[in-house]
Amino acid sequence: MIPFQYTKASDVADAVRLIAANGGAKFIAGGTNLLDLMKDNVERPTTLIDISRLPLNSVEETASGGLRIGALVPNADLAWHPLIEKRYPLLSSAILAGASQQLRNMASTGGNLLQRTRCAYFYDTATPCNKRQPGSGCSAVNGVNRGHAILGASTSCIATHPSDMCVALAALDATVHVTGAKGARAIPFADFHRLPGDTPHIDTNLAPDEIITAIEVPAKGFATHYSYLKIRDRMSYAFALVSVAAALEIKNGTIEEARLALGGVAHKPWRDAGAEAALRGQPAEDASFARAADLLLRDARPQAHNDFKVDLARRAIIRTLTQAAHGTPQSQSNKTIQ
Amino acid sequence: MQDGAVHPGASPSPLPEKVSVTLIVNGIERRFSVLPWVSLLDALRDHLDLTGTKKGCDHGQCGACTVLVDGRRINSCLTLAVMRDGAHVTTIEGLAANGALDPLQQAFIDHDAFQCGYCTPGQICSGVGLIAEGRAKTADEIREFMSGNICRCGAYPNIVSAIQQAMGAKP
Ligand SMILES: Cc1cc2nc3c(=O)[nH]c(=O)nc-3n(C[C@H](O)[C@H](O)[C@H](O)COP(=O)(O)OP(=O)(O)OC[C@H]3O[C@@H](n4cnc5c(N)ncnc54)[C@H](O)[C@@H]3O)c2cc1C
Ligand code: SF4
Ligand code: FES
Ligand code: FES
Repeated sequence: MIPFQYTKASDVADAVRLIAANGGAKFIAGGTNLLDLMKDNVERPTTLIDISRLPLNSVEETASGGLRIGALVPNADLAWHPLIEKRYPLLSSAILAGASQQLRNMASTGGNLLQRTRCAYFYDTATPCNKRQPGSGCSAVNGVNRGHAILGASTSCIATHPSDMCVALAALDATVHVTGAKGARAIPFADFHRLPGDTPHIDTNLAPDEIITAIEVPAKGFATHYSYLKIRDRMSYAFALVSVAAALEIKNGTIEEARLALGGVAHKPWRDAGAEAALRGQPAEDASFARAADLLLRDARPQAHNDFKVDLARRAIIRTLTQAAHGTPQSQSNKTIQ
Repeated sequence: MQDGAVHPGASPSPLPEKVSVTLIVNGIERRFSVLPWVSLLDALRDHLDLTGTKKGCDHGQCGACTVLVDGRRINSCLTLAVMRDGAHVTTIEGLAANGALDPLQQAFIDHDAFQCGYCTPGQICSGVGLIAEGRAKTADEIREFMSGNICRCGAYPNIVSAIQQAMGAKP
């Protein structure tokens, strides 16, 4: 690990001041991603600004019936927060599908959004990687790319975003609240993470001098018809090959509102307005689900080693929508897929 | 990630200073100075001579370094000692009270829940955290919420039985 200076921010304004004054500085919250990457010499901040004790750790009701989740609420606390379990069980379920209880106890809500890809070449400083070192090339394009993207990739980078929580937040139409030197602003979740294009080193639209203060989820929580299904190489404590968050509103067997977000398939949680529109007004049954899956995957381009992801995603979408429609969400402890 | 284990080629100026840290470890206040990049794990093992907590991967992937910080189980390899100033830390050395083993320690012995024992301190600290959370009840749930602790010897079935015993559930 490289040497670095360590300092504690006293409040949000102080944190913004400190980061704006030092281009080599980074915030540290839970540390579970940043320290991991620093040990491998992938991240090399000259200063760590500790924000872990800032008072951004509450979950509060908003005037419009939603919830405002502080950026430092630990993932474990969020998953088990009574209001989240009751009104946003999709979010709770997705969080519990990720990492381990020890890591969820440490990981923060804001840090989870900013976790970096698990592409092995990104971690390996001996290999070219455009995300780690812009312009050096992408080792994965012609390398081992079984875990990589099938949607929205570019010739510069085919990495995926590894978060489970973010897939649920995308489906729920969350908003990210940030504060920077120029003041506060709100970023719709869909605009927060970026596609790689020719700038894969920039993961998100958060400015370098901005801090995430909160994530807001709107009133609609889809607590009746939801499911989060995560497919991975082992039963637990592994990143997704494909994951699906599905949320439906159903009246007399007809889908009135539909949300569908995928993890493990793209550089950001993947939503497709066309696929969701195709579900609305349709009967909540297999044929509708299959049509939505085909639409969502119409432009899928697998890599040399992950052809299987397209079919896996198709089946996972249908299965997850079925679970949501039946009101039988995937259990995150009994892994039998019903 | 030891003191002075600076990556070659990194420009070290200006060299950071040691930071004074106070931890309440197993009920005893410990004051020491460390460089900012010393993990809680290395601080426990190298500065406080508490070598019960193990280093497996140093990357959050195995759970061998699990300790309880303010009552919650965490991976001590992925947090900095300086970030935990003032915290209460419980390690495997601190679980026995008044000469009596923690019920989970006894249950690990009763169920032969280890072979080489390298993962065991982390397993037990994690299990104590799990029981305190009060969420996992069924065997499936215990397995899921213990998945952050890898056992290369494969003692998993016995670990689940030990936790069930300590939870007061029927094995
Ligand atoms: C072994 C292992 C397995 C894992 N498995 C999964 C999994 O299956 N699913 C999953 O979703 N995740 C998984 N994770 C990732 C984990 O969820 C993330 O590491 C965690 O959410 C990051 O949060 P943190 O608070 O620790 O971030 P940190 O490491 O503290 O920070 C990460 C980044 O965010 C920045 N940052 C943090 N907070 C803010 C803020 N408020 N404002 C601006 N910038 C900020 C930091 O500067 C840093 O660049 C796993 C991690 C490990 C180590
Ligand atoms: S896929 Fe992206 S992260 Fe992986 S090697 Fe290519 S550029 Fe780097
Ligand atoms: S040593 Fe910390 S998780 Fe492996
Ligand atoms: S007892 Fe050997 S690793 Fe678990």
